[in-house]
Amino acid sequence: MKPKTPASASALDRRSFLKGIGTSAVAVASVQVGAMADEINKAAPAPALQGPGAVPVSLTINGEKKDFQLEPRVTLLDALRYFSPLTGTKEVCDRATCGACSVLIDGKLTYSCMKLAIDAQGHEITTIEGLAKDGQLTPVQQAFIDCDALMCGFCTPGMVLATTALLAENPKPTVDDVKRACSGNLCRCGTYPHILNAALKASGQAVTETVTVIHHGSVA
Amino acid sequence: MAAWPNPTQVMGKPATRLDGPAKVTGSAKYSYDVQPDGWLFGMILCSKWPAATITKIDLTKAQGMPGVKAAVLAGGEQRTVRFYGQELAAVAATTKQQCLDAIRAIEITATPLPFVVKEDDAMKPDAPLVADGPNVSDPSVKAEGQVDAAMAAAAAVCEGELRTPVQLHHALETHGSTVSYKDNHLTAWTSTQGVFSVRDAFAGAMQMPQSNIEVICDYMGGGFGAKFGAGVHGGLAAKLSQAAGAPVKVMLTRLQEGLSAGNRPSSIQKIKFGADKDGKLVAATVENHGSPGISGSRKTAGGGGGANIATPYLYHFPNINVQQYGVLMNTGPASAFRAPGHPPASFGTESMMDELAVKLGMDPLQFRLLNDDNPVRQREYKEGAERFGWATKYQKPGSSPGPVKTGVGCAGGGWGGGGKGSEAEAQINPDGTVEVRCGTQDLGTGSRTLVAIVAAEAFGLKPEQIKVKIGDTNLPFSGGSGGSSTSASVSPAIWDACQNALAALQQQTGVPDARGANWFDTCKKLGINPLSARGKWQEGLSGSGAGGVNFAEVEVDTETGFIRIKKIVAVHDCGLIVNPLTTRSQINGGVLCGIGYALYEERIMDRQTGVLLNTSFDSYKIANIADCPDIDVILIDLPERGVIGIGEPAVIPPAGAIANAVANAIGVRIHSLPITPAKVLAALGKVPNMPSV
Ligand code: FES
Ligand code: FES
Repeated sequence: MKPKTPASASALDRRSFLKGIGTSAVAVASVQVGAMADEINKAAPAPALQGPGAVPVSLTINGEKKDFQLEPRVTLLDALRYFSPLTGTKEVCDRATCGACSVLIDGKLTYSCMKLAIDAQGHEITTIEGLAKDGQLTPVQQAFIDCDALMCGFCTPGMVLATTALLAENPKPTVDDVKRACSGNLCRCGTYPHILNAALKASGQAVTETVTVIHHGSVA
Repeated sequence: MAAWPNPTQVMGKPATRLDGPAKVTGSAKYSYDVQPDGWLFGMILCSKWPAATITKIDLTKAQGMPGVKAAVLAGGEQRTVRFYGQELAAVAATTKQQCLDAIRAIEITATPLPFVVKEDDAMKPDAPLVADGPNVSDPSVKAEGQVDAAMAAAAAVCEGELRTPVQLHHALETHGSTVSYKDNHLTAWTSTQGVFSVRDAFAGAMQMPQSNIEVICDYMGGGFGAKFGAGVHGGLAAKLSQAAGAPVKVMLTRLQEGLSAGNRPSSIQKIKFGADKDGKLVAATVENHGSPGISGSRKTAGGGGGANIATPYLYHFPNINVQQYGVLMNTGPASAFRAPGHPPASFGTESMMDELAVKLGMDPLQFRLLNDDNPVRQREYKEGAERFGWATKYQKPGSSPGPVKTGVGCAGGGWGGGGKGSEAEAQINPDGTVEVRCGTQDLGTGSRTLVAIVAAEAFGLKPEQIKVKIGDTNLPFSGGSGGSSTSASVSPAIWDACQNALAALQQQTGVPDARGANWFDTCKKLGINPLSARGKWQEGLSGSGAGGVNFAEVEVDTETGFIRIKKIVAVHDCGLIVNPLTTRSQINGGVLCGIGYALYEERIMDRQTGVLLNTSFDSYKIANIADCPDIDVILIDLPERGVIGIGEPAVIPPAGAIANAVANAIGVRIHSLPITPAKVLAALGKVPNMPSV
């Protein structure tokens, strides 16, 4: 995992930045056109128009290279779920509002419903299935179980990945750090207090218990 | 009468979930994940009109599209639709993208009709009629004593109109099924709270014998009351599978989930309470108008579609008059939602209780203790108040200094939580392994783990040594997981089956006590045949009737209207606690859903177009981790009462406690949920009231 590299081809990298100004500024500043076009091509040659039919797409998922024939409109989420098929990654909203579809792209937490599969080529994609190696759970996964940070479990893959991404960057997060890092992931069952505990526990920090059982007779 | 051991060895000790590893590694297969060989994608076309006469639905073009294997109608071709999102037709194709294209190619001829999507509009005499009869139902009435005389004689009276919005369930896994129909046999993987009720619904929809249907729900992503039937979508998946000759998966989209999959009805509660000079409640009048959308004309499986609520809640009024009206609107049908009728009732009643306490010059907690005659809640209030520090934290409303004001409030709830009728089977293998089978389902509550805990208690083993099979109609019968009945219904059946198996084991092997240390040696004596025994729910192992109270502390920024919940103390009882770890999760979960109801959640329909405006989580806000306060859970263990459910009690008190804390902080009451910053600022006179859309 390389935590600090930019996530994707559609993030604001050199090529898309140059292409962005290319469309407006280039038209008026004609003197610059040639130089600008050279710069764009140096940054990366633009691919030819693709689709609408299926095109070859090659993805590296959990360290394994897989080849697909996908329409360019197919999201990374759908490519994972229906063409791989790795169903641990969940679709809940399909519009960047819940985080259930989270995966790591080059170590960075990314909503896979907001990324086209063709744009994920050339990057390392890690899904929830790729965390445990040889059946050995990661400390984050184990802490989720120990702290009961999962109920129905539908948000869990995204939450585990969000926590994993946080700890890769910040091995001793505070409660506020965890709140910030996981606030792009929703849970309808209400596991949040336990996710906070799990993140602290996985990073080797003390967890405060917030349940008291009062046994018979101890209350007047 | 059967009894639990005293003391218990395994029950009552925290146990992590059996299915934890499957859930954290992504290997748990939800209905939505199941992909049988040759499966097709299914997708539903919904009405874009809130009301219309449909004269033609032409599927021809769609049927000819690439990859499309079947297209079917949801009802007749000529029909009246009554809400935005009503199902019209469905297609099945090899990929999701082909379905999207095919849905767009369906041609519909329709004449829009007048519609109404707001409660106040629907109640007007000249409102468009949603169904054949009037929009407002005849009231159901409860009348006791002499209300007018008692109210006139009361030392203090307070009055208010309290409003609650329609709340959407929005379980993260949407409703849906993967259905395989072949030769008059049907297998359905359904995201459901009741595999048997879904089986019966499929049998009805497909005119098939129940014995030819298997419904499976191994994992499901939340239900909260709305997932008991096969649903229109399930019926469509079955029809598509039949037509295409292949398994078909139909899961609702997030948008459809907000339109047609059920919701908690709204309420408009006109409340008037009176108390005597000592603070004893003497009279109540309540007029409630609530809307279950079109539910009045379309029954929903699982019940709870009605808009009646339990106001006045918890307290005894010797003189009372309650009138409840259902209001039809052109919006999706209501369904049961975690403690149907209770959270709005707790909010309305507890808000007015605080107002009355203020009028009487009493501490709201003392006022409750004086009027709530439930002994368990009395204990819970006292215990919670001490933990919360009520005596020092409670100040007169509006007395908090500075622009960011602190306030506290409390509220209560009550629920049945009993259950019966489950059956189970326990199999002991000669190698000492154990499999326990029960046709219940795990919604995320931890019922799978509960089965293992009870069996482990019986055999003197550890929960992880028990293999649990649930979520299948081929297993012994267990009812739907609703009304917080699962734990109370399932635990006794597991115990009984295990006791019967244990007795048979001891009899066959001649070992007087096979449990614990003797287990594996005894099982070996079985030879080659495993032993199995059935059992069923028995009287004496479960109870009903659970109380709960919340204390809330909030901070309200009077310059921005922003509310931060600092602390919630939630005190609950659920009889014999089977697993404190998952019980705590249930309570935290209820509190967080209650926080959403109090501060964020509201379905917003557009008056002009009749469509849903907040279609996803960017605009339909549920609590996220940053909104999560410090939640202190206190469980009162009452083992002599047997096992009682806890899922629903937990969601009831938060909205009332939070509303009271906000009113205590700013000295003005906000009479409607959700309590948004805009409403706070309007209540403080800093901005005008926002008109409703
Ligand atoms: S499914 Fe991608 S953010 Fe919700
Ligand atoms: S555990 Fe159910 S949505 Fe988070």
